[in-house]
Amino acid sequence: MKIPAMRMREKLVVRVVSRFFIPFILLFGLYVQFHGDYGPGGGFQAGVIFAAAFFLYGLVYGLDDLQRVVPWRFVEVSLALGVLIYAGVGVASLLLGGNYLDYKVLDPHDAKHGLHLGILLVELGVGVTVSASMLAIFYAFAGRRAA
Amino acid sequence: MVPIEFLLISFLVVTALVISRMNYLFAAAMLTGIFSLLSAGLFTLMDAVDVAFTEAAVGAGVSTILMLGTLSLTVREEREKPLRVLPFLIVLLTGGALFFGTLDMPAYGDPDAPIHHYLAPDYIEGAETEFGLPNIVTAILASYRGFDTLGETAVIFTAALGVMALLASSRGKRAKEEE
Repeated sequence: MKIPAMRMREKLVVRVVSRFFIPFILLFGLYVQFHGDYGPGGGFQAGVIFAAAFFLYGLVYGLDDLQRVVPWRFVEVSLALGVLIYAGVGVASLLLGGNYLDYKVLDPHDAKHGLHLGILLVELGVGVTVSASMLAIFYAFAGRRAA
Repeated sequence: MVPIEFLLISFLVVTALVISRMNYLFAAAMLTGIFSLLSAGLFTLMDAVDVAFTEAAVGAGVSTILMLGTLSLTVREEREKPLRVLPFLIVLLTGGALFFGTLDMPAYGDPDAPIHHYLAPDYIEGAETEFGLPNIVTAILASYRGFDTLGETAVIFTAALGVMALLASSRGKRAKEEE
């Protein structure tokens, strides 16, 4: 994927337009992430959209520039972090005296608020893992040279 | 059925036929993206907005890019192959069996369908009274089916690990040597 990326970098329109769009794609990803309880979407879709913004950056500016923005190490860590957030919410509800992944105990005063908090955190975990794994797959594919 | 659904389904069929007959792989990869976009449109018409969202983001977006990335590692043209009869017959037979199977299914949107009488009413009511969430899908996904979603997240994690182990090992080594 190296060669087309290099050629793409010289295309002024592609470069300017993608730079203009990337912040909006990221913002839309965050909106889908945190508005998932009220509108369509959720962690999975948000993670994919978030990763797609970085894909666009990588396609236009090349893999090396993308890896300066999002290093391998960061992808690896957040890949595991998402699952840990999700499982951690379960452990937290255990420690607070409920069942595993029983969000009601997260807020002792208001069960409904606890449910919302739990869903928000769990979706965050899904989003982090999904966007990190999309990036990991992209890196793995794009990092290979043609045989 | 509304005419626009007919239109979308016939476009789907045409796209699928064109993909199967096409030798130029770049165009075939782009057409799979269009196929996903058309299915996303169909899902939206069926009020499955969350599924449509996923299909548009993953099918039309990410997987098309990954397919193009794979194409850059291989040739752009598929070699001409003669039509083989036995595989074609098996595909026809399987497709026919699936069509035959749909005849037994309840009509689309039938309120008496069994699926609407088991847990779904509880979920629909619970999302309103217990959660106060307008998006029932999120309530089911993150809470009623929280264990499943935890498993799915672990599956995605494992899949990414597998891809990294298979494809990225040489790169990781190279990056370390550079350091």
